[in-house]
Amino acid sequence: MEPSPHTAQSNPPVSNVVSNLSERDLVRRSASTIPPPARQLEPVAKLIDVSKCIGCKACQSACIEWNDTSPAIETNVGVYENPHDLTPEMFTLMRFTEWDNPQTGNLEWLIRKDGCMHCEDPGCLKACPAPGAIVQYSNGIVDFVHENCIGCGYCVKGCPFDIPRISKVDHKAYKCTLCSDRVAVGQGPACAKACPTHAISFGTKEDMNKLADSRIKDLKSRGYDNAGLYDPQGVGGTHVMYVLHHNDQPEIYANLPRDPRISPVVNAWKGMAKYVGFAAMGLAAAAGILHSAFVGPNRVTREDEEKAENLVKDNA
Amino acid sequence: MNMELSRRGFLKVAGVGVAGTSLGAFGFGDLEAAQAAAIRPFKLVNTMETRNTCPYCSVACGIIMYSKGDLRKGENAEIVHIEGDADHPTNRGTLCPKGAALKDFVKAETRLKYPMLRKPGSDKFERISWDQALDRIARLMKDDRDANFIAANNAGVPVNRWTTVGFLAASATTNETAYLTYKVVRSTGIVAFDNQARV
Amino acid sequence: MTNSWTDIRNTDLVVIMGGNAAEAHPCGFKWVTEAKANRGAKLIVVDPRYTRSASVSDFYAPIRQGTDIAFLLGVINYCMLNDKVQWEYVKAFTNATYVVKDGFAYQDGLFTGYDENKRDYDRSTWDYQIGPDGFAVVDETLQNPRCVWNMLKAHVATYTPEMVERICGTPKDKFLKVAQMIAECSTPTKTMTSMYALGWTQHSKGSQNIRCMAMLQLILGNIGVRGGGMNALRGHSNIQGLTDVGLMSNLLPGYMNIPVEKEADFATYMSSRAFKPLRPNQTSYWQNYKKFFVSFQKAMWGDAATAQNDFAYHYLPKLDVPAYDVLRTFELMHQGKVNGYFCQGFNPLLAFPNRQKITESLSKLKWLVTMDPLDTETSRFWENHGVYNNVDTASIKTEVIQLPSTCFAEDFGALTNSGRWLQWHWAGGTPPGEAKRDNWIMAQIHRRLRALYEKEGGPFPDPILGLTWNYADPDEPTAEELAKEMNGYAVETLYDPADPSKVVLEKGKQVVNFSVLRDDGSTACGCWIYSGCFNEAGNNMARRDNSDPDDTGAYPNWTFAWPLNRRILYNRASADVQGKPWDPTRKLIAWDGTKWSGYDVPDIAPNAKPDVVGPFIMNQEGTARLFARGLMREGPFPVHYEPFEAPIANVIAPKIRGNPAARVFQDDLKQFATSEEFPYAATSYRLTEHFHYWTKHNRVNAVLQPEFFVEISEQLAKEKGITPGSWVRVWSKRGEVKAKAVVTKRIKPLMCDGKLVHVVGIPLHWGFMGAARKGWGPNSLTPFVGDANIETPEYKAFLVNIEPTTGPVTS
Repeated sequence: MEPSPHTAQSNPPVSNVVSNLSERDLVRRSASTIPPPARQLEPVAKLIDVSKCIGCKACQSACIEWNDTSPAIETNVGVYENPHDLTPEMFTLMRFTEWDNPQTGNLEWLIRKDGCMHCEDPGCLKACPAPGAIVQYSNGIVDFVHENCIGCGYCVKGCPFDIPRISKVDHKAYKCTLCSDRVAVGQGPACAKACPTHAISFGTKEDMNKLADSRIKDLKSRGYDNAGLYDPQGVGGTHVMYVLHHNDQPEIYANLPRDPRISPVVNAWKGMAKYVGFAAMGLAAAAGILHSAFVGPNRVTREDEEKAENLVKDNA
Repeated sequence: MNMELSRRGFLKVAGVGVAGTSLGAFGFGDLEAAQAAAIRPFKLVNTMETRNTCPYCSVACGIIMYSKGDLRKGENAEIVHIEGDADHPTNRGTLCPKGAALKDFVKAETRLKYPMLRKPGSDKFERISWDQALDRIARLMKDDRDANFIAANNAGVPVNRWTTVGFLAASATTNETAYLTYKVVRSTGIVAFDNQARV
Repeated sequence: MTNSWTDIRNTDLVVIMGGNAAEAHPCGFKWVTEAKANRGAKLIVVDPRYTRSASVSDFYAPIRQGTDIAFLLGVINYCMLNDKVQWEYVKAFTNATYVVKDGFAYQDGLFTGYDENKRDYDRSTWDYQIGPDGFAVVDETLQNPRCVWNMLKAHVATYTPEMVERICGTPKDKFLKVAQMIAECSTPTKTMTSMYALGWTQHSKGSQNIRCMAMLQLILGNIGVRGGGMNALRGHSNIQGLTDVGLMSNLLPGYMNIPVEKEADFATYMSSRAFKPLRPNQTSYWQNYKKFFVSFQKAMWGDAATAQNDFAYHYLPKLDVPAYDVLRTFELMHQGKVNGYFCQGFNPLLAFPNRQKITESLSKLKWLVTMDPLDTETSRFWENHGVYNNVDTASIKTEVIQLPSTCFAEDFGALTNSGRWLQWHWAGGTPPGEAKRDNWIMAQIHRRLRALYEKEGGPFPDPILGLTWNYADPDEPTAEELAKEMNGYAVETLYDPADPSKVVLEKGKQVVNFSVLRDDGSTACGCWIYSGCFNEAGNNMARRDNSDPDDTGAYPNWTFAWPLNRRILYNRASADVQGKPWDPTRKLIAWDGTKWSGYDVPDIAPNAKPDVVGPFIMNQEGTARLFARGLMREGPFPVHYEPFEAPIANVIAPKIRGNPAARVFQDDLKQFATSEEFPYAATSYRLTEHFHYWTKHNRVNAVLQPEFFVEISEQLAKEKGITPGSWVRVWSKRGEVKAKAVVTKRIKPLMCDGKLVHVVGIPLHWGFMGAARKGWGPNSLTPFVGDANIETPEYKAFLVNIEPTTGPVTS
């Protein structure tokens, strides 16, 4: 008999607890230079097994409740997605795709939980001009520090996955924190705890890789020859990964990018900021450059590559 | 939570410290808490836990209700969060989109707070006291039972049947409430007695 | 459920048909995904829609709603023809070998004894031949053409794969794939579980849908084993408990019956409840009926129930009709024959079929009392909400009293889950405003009514005045007090019948379980099947030991499962005729030469010899029944009948409309449509984002699925010029709704008997109260007719029309 499924190790603490994530665990801080941390936390990851996901939206529900957000009650526009998109009040969203598999002739209902991927190489953080508004911890969590956020929206532009959303109320950027407050006290994210079918798991990235391997093996045994792990290397890998039944075609899962990369514009700008510094360049100037460089959510195009080259040339 | 951590990994990642006990083992001091400015304070600290089960479907997931205030001490208790019970064998801490939002059912704006009366033909409810409501109900029942109770059929067989009043029982009350309801309803002779299982 | 949620992990094949567990029971469905991930189990989904359960299935087959019996009889036919039968199980543990009475026959969709005018049968031939020894005649060789096995074989021969395709619209190759996958589970070492819900019950032949799968599971040897069973996924948290405790028109607690008029006295009542075994040495446990009945009467009426007055037999009402079920009650209300009505945590305005009739019926009441934590539509049925509830308020003379009750978070007690676990819970929050617990409310009603009878007198007040009410606080009995009363206690000191000097239980002590109950009035027990839940060991429903020896999924010390903490019903059938487990890796209990023991509480006397006493101890046969005798109203074998509103005629019996034994009221008959008038096959269902009509009051769930919609295929959308997200009008012969259109590949037209059938899917969660957008539900459209045996309305299959429209006008 197989062992019982892994579940929560314990219920959340209610007595006074001490956070185990702090400033000293930061490896990156937007628009800032910080010393390397003295200790390295074990990298964590959330693994989303799309093949086990039933699209129930428990993750959305748990996310709203844990983070005390208030998404608007919208309308039905002919699809199951609600809210219709990620919002400053909805950090995660089930995206539904009805896909006719051309090989089998069968319909597949592909349901992907969208949200921050917690990139190892985070485009949002690199694009952010506000010192300390976006931070990355040594366990991989990319978190927004709202008191430092200036609401410029460059994190949105810098994100290869189109995740952050700017609040119209307080003009600050919001996204999934990977429940950093829970992880800091040894709990997994609220969505992972709630997920009824264990489609969302949370643990060390090493363990999640192992779990993914076993899931991929199972899927291959069921005829999904192209099952695989989505851990895109263009952004240095991610701390939110997917098991996909059709890993050869990530784009069928509501446009999951095949090869996400940080825009070269961001990288170029980042380089400048590093050498020239904000003070010298001027925030407004930097903002202007970035603003002109982006037209929409980040998808790297040939045009972007050219813009980046120009940017580097012009400012060299 | 599906925290599939090896023991080694768990200690490295989590380093949960309960102040004054295992905290020391990880070498963290109080200073850290103050430094973790970016991280939200853990919101369940100093809440009371109460075990319950989800009232929606028949899986009956275990839940923990976190409250400010302790009923057991006679205090008012306000439920501030509800989460799956990791110790429960069926749900293992998981909850569906309904269960995960139970707090907002408990605190729904349309929760009823007071007995109300709608008079015949009226277009509104008016607040009444419990005594007014219950005395009225008892009176209505008594008058109708007295008028319409069928004590015996034509053959003289006692049938103790009251068909002009019906009782529709719930789907989520406890067994104990169900049993008490059974006693109260059956003792009157009501036969139009049903519960949500019928549909 | 015969098994439990956690047992599903032990299965090899999950068949979800007549339900949608991933959406309606997500955390129970977890055990399906675990079985898949950990033991390579497969999942089959058979449904008119490609549901969220289907989205993670290994195989999906479409089916037209209301044709499940044809499909399942087709699978049984396939198994019989291809020798995919667990023969040893079938021969020993079912009535396959029993010889059926002469005179019983089946022809053109009807069995012997049909009376068209009564829409009912004379069921006297639906039984076994009884031999000179007084026992049923059996043929162990299965050679007799009138033995159940051969009669079943002939009965199912009609349901070929071609016939299944013709009736169900399931392509033959897909049907055969399902049949093959199911048939593999006929070996003793492979099991299949059936997970079903309202998709099977909400039909005019719902009971036979379920019976059909139960028969298939018996043929495969899958009842009583780990990872097998018939698993009814109840729709609410405690309708299992409310039914167990007997809150239905014709029930007493523990599945005993309210007397009917012809049972004029107690002796007559008991005469049809002797339950003499039909084969030698069988248990026939219902022989203890009188002990449970008398103990119940003692719990109800204490000293007023004496041997002299037949234990207050006449205090119980006697029925003049099979039951005053909700359909009959609302029909009577519609006729003006009901004056007052109570709705305790129930919202019939939205939950019952044919909303127009429900509104008219409620409007004829003199008074209505609602008890609910939420502001329900039913309590405001008189209030005009524009198009969403367009009533003439002033003309409605019903007095409505709305009582605020607590919710789960503010109350103590146990709910019984689908797996029959009685789980205790604790209050953790203060109720809002003046909301009160139901126990307090019910106690107040009783106390005030009782006081009026004490003061004023009135007709037959005895059952009210004599009702046991010995609670510490008579104004609010506690959950513990009531649980103890259900468990049962010694009214007098009990002595050992074999040794009268020996005290078995002192007066006033809790009985250990129902095995010690007596029929002489010396014990009291409110609900015999729950006995053992709160005995002298304490509140067993509050136990929280989640250990699970050898990972069987039984969790024997977690809370309490009825009966007797048994986790898998019929578990004796998990072992062969010698008592050896069919599958050693799935052992439940085994016979060691002298007794039964194992992981579960044996569902048989511990010393009952395996080759003598049959495993189905509640049946007089000791076996399970492939042939139901006269216990089902429409026949001992299931037959395919179309829904009352069907897109095609019944292929196997064209003259028969609907279930021939289903009760139909005259006014409702006029409101049944034909497919000429209403061409599309509609069905209603839940969505995972909502629970019934409750969570629309919750802002979070309102966010996740805010607005009423209907689902149609791309083909129908094109045909009707309906664009995704636009408004449509859907109407039946009984009413109309407006909804947003979700156009989907997940619904596809089906080819049935040469006709293209379009399916319209109608989720049920919206109304005119709460946080979500105002809307309707399917029950403005659904027909007012129920299952022939238990009167569950036919919500799952009816006819509608659809057209594009503009949005509702709202002020």
